[in-house]
Amino acid sequence: MSLAAQLPVLPIIIPLVAAPLTILMPTDKFGGRIACIWATLVSWAVFGACVAILYSVATVGPISYHLGDWAPPVGIEYRIDLANALVLTLVSGVAALVFPYSYVSIRSEINLRQISLFYAALLISMTGLLGVTITGDAFNVFVFLEISSLSSYALVAMGAKKDRRALTAAFNYLVMGTIGATFFVIGLGLLYQATGTLNMADLKIQLAGESNRMIEAGFAFVLVGMGLKAAMFPMHLWMPNAYAYAPSAVSAFIAATSTKVAVYVIIRFIYTVIGPDFPFIEAAFNYLLMPLAIAGMFFASIVAIFQDDVKRMLAYSSVGQIGYMLLGVSFATEQGLTASLVHLFNHGLIKGALFMAAGCVMLRVGSHSISAYAGLARRMPATAAAFIIAGLSLVGVPLTVGFISKWQLLAAAFDSGRAWAGFLVVASSLLSVIYVGRVIEVMILRPAPAGATAVKEAPLSMIIPMALLVAANIYFGLHTELTVDLAERAAHTLMGGGR
Amino acid sequence: MSIEHLILRVVIKIMFAPILLFALYVQFHGDFGPGGGFQAGVIFAVAFILHALIMGLEETKRVLPVGALKILMVVGFLFYAGTGVATMLLGGNLLGYDAIDPASTHHAGQHWGILLVEFGVGMAVSSTMVMIFYQFAGREPEIRDEDW
Repeated sequence: MSLAAQLPVLPIIIPLVAAPLTILMPTDKFGGRIACIWATLVSWAVFGACVAILYSVATVGPISYHLGDWAPPVGIEYRIDLANALVLTLVSGVAALVFPYSYVSIRSEINLRQISLFYAALLISMTGLLGVTITGDAFNVFVFLEISSLSSYALVAMGAKKDRRALTAAFNYLVMGTIGATFFVIGLGLLYQATGTLNMADLKIQLAGESNRMIEAGFAFVLVGMGLKAAMFPMHLWMPNAYAYAPSAVSAFIAATSTKVAVYVIIRFIYTVIGPDFPFIEAAFNYLLMPLAIAGMFFASIVAIFQDDVKRMLAYSSVGQIGYMLLGVSFATEQGLTASLVHLFNHGLIKGALFMAAGCVMLRVGSHSISAYAGLARRMPATAAAFIIAGLSLVGVPLTVGFISKWQLLAAAFDSGRAWAGFLVVASSLLSVIYVGRVIEVMILRPAPAGATAVKEAPLSMIIPMALLVAANIYFGLHTELTVDLAERAAHTLMGGGR
Repeated sequence: MSIEHLILRVVIKIMFAPILLFALYVQFHGDFGPGGGFQAGVIFAVAFILHALIMGLEETKRVLPVGALKILMVVGFLFYAGTGVATMLLGGNLLGYDAIDPASTHHAGQHWGILLVEFGVGMAVSSTMVMIFYQFAGREPEIRDEDW
C-alpha cells in the first residue's frame, strides 16, 4: 500500500473505523478518559491527513480517488480541489481542537455512561462532514450528510442532562434537518432523471447547454434543502436552540463546521454541478440568494442584540454570518466567491473560539445567560480575553480574520458595481458591534454579582485549544497568503469550471 | 400450572429456527439475486424481536444480552470497514475487491469481497435492529409531566 495513493480516503476511513471501537471503551473506569484520549489522537491523525491533502492539492493539483477501483462516472469518486481541501482542513482542524477541549467539559455536561457513545457520535459526525466535503459524487453527499446529521441530533440531545430543553431542540433539529435532506435528495432525483448520472463533473458535462423545468426544479430543491442545513435565513429556526442547549464542545464543533460545509455544498452545486452560465442561476442569485442573504444579515443581527443567552446570541449571529457568505456567492464574480470561501474558513475559526469561551463559562459559572458573564474579566481573565479577541474578530476589527473576510467582501461588492451591498455589509457589521459589545461591557464593566462564589479559571485542557483558535484568528488575520491566496485559486478553478 | 399464551409460545418456538434459516438464505443469496445483508439482518432480528414480544424482554435479554449486541454491532461494522482496509493494504483502493485475488481471471476477489462486506452488514443490521427494539421496549417513562 502506498500511503500517498491512499491519502484521499484516510480522513474518512480512520474516524469511520475508530468510531465503533470507541463504543467498546469503558465508561465507568477512568470516567471515560480513555475514549477521549483515543478520539483526540484519531482527530489529530485526520488533521494531519487533511493538511497533507491540502499541501498536495496546492502544489500538485486536484486529486481524484476511485472507490472500489470503479472508474467514474460509474463508481464513486473522491475529488479534491482547493475549495474542498480548504474546508477539509477547517473541519479537521476544529475537530482536532474540540476533542481535547471536551476532555473536562463533557464530563460535567452529559451522563457519564454516555461518554464513549458521545465520542463515537462526535467521530461519526466529523466523518460525515469530511465525507460531504471530499466526495465528487452527488449522491454520496447525501449519504454523508445523513451520517453527520443523525449523529449531530444525538449529540445535541445529550445536552439534556443540564437542560431538558435540549430534547425539544434536538427534535426540532431532527425534523428540520430531515426536511432539508429530503429536499436535497428530491433535487438529486430530478437531476439524475434529467442526466442519468450522479458524478458531479459528469453532471456538469451532461447539463451543459440544457435548460428545462426539471433541471430548474432540481436545482431549486437542492438549494432549499442545503439552505435548511446551512441555516440560511429564513430557514434557520432549528439552529438557535440546537446550539444553545447542546453540550459546549458540541456547540463549538457544529457551529464551526456543519453550516460551513452546507454552504460549501451550495457553492459546489452552483459552480461545479449546475455551472454559473446556467440561465436560471442569475435569477436565483438576484431574486433569491442576495435578498435572503441581506435580510438574514440584518434580521439575525437585530435578533441577536436582544438575546439574553450568549449561546443563542452567537447562534443568531451565525445566521447573519451565513448571510455574508451567501452574499459573496450571489455576486457571481470570482472575487465574491473568494470572499465567500475566505469567510467560510474564517468564520469557522471565529465561532469555534467564541463557543469554546462560552463553554468555559458554562463549566465554571454554570450558565450561559448573559448575567453569568458579569465581572468575568476579573473572575476568568483568560476566557474573557479569548471571548473579547474572538468577538472583535467577529465584528471585523483590523489584525483579525474577521477584518480580512469583511475586506474581501467589500472589495467584491464594489468591484461588481454593487456599492450599496458594501454599505449594507458595513451597516450590519455595526449591529454586530452592538451585540458583541453588550457582552464585552458586561464582562469588563459590570461587577460580579454580590454573593457570587469565587470561580477558578477554566482548566488548561480547555484554555489551550481555545487559545490556539484565538491565535489562529490573529495569525490568519496577519498572514493572508494561506487563506486568501488559496481561496482565490479555488474560486478561479470553480469559476473556470476546471475541476 | 397454566402458561399464558401457550399457543403463541409454541408457535414461536417452532418458527424461530426457520426464520433464522430464511435470513441466512437471503444473506447468501445476495450475491446472485435480490437479497443481501440488510434484508437478511432485518429478518434475522425479527426472530429475536418476535421472541421478545411473546416470551418477554427479560427472557430474550438472557439469550442475547445488550453487551453482546454492542460487540456484534461493532464487529459487524468492522467486517465491512475491515474488508475495505484490507483491500487497501493489499494494494488496491478502498473496497477494491479485485486486490483480494488479483490473479483470478473471473474476478473471484469481487465475490469474496462482497461476501465479507454483506456478512458484516447483516451482522451490524440485525444487532442494531434488536438493540433499537430493546431500547424502545425497555424504556422507562422518564419524562414526567412537570418537566415540560
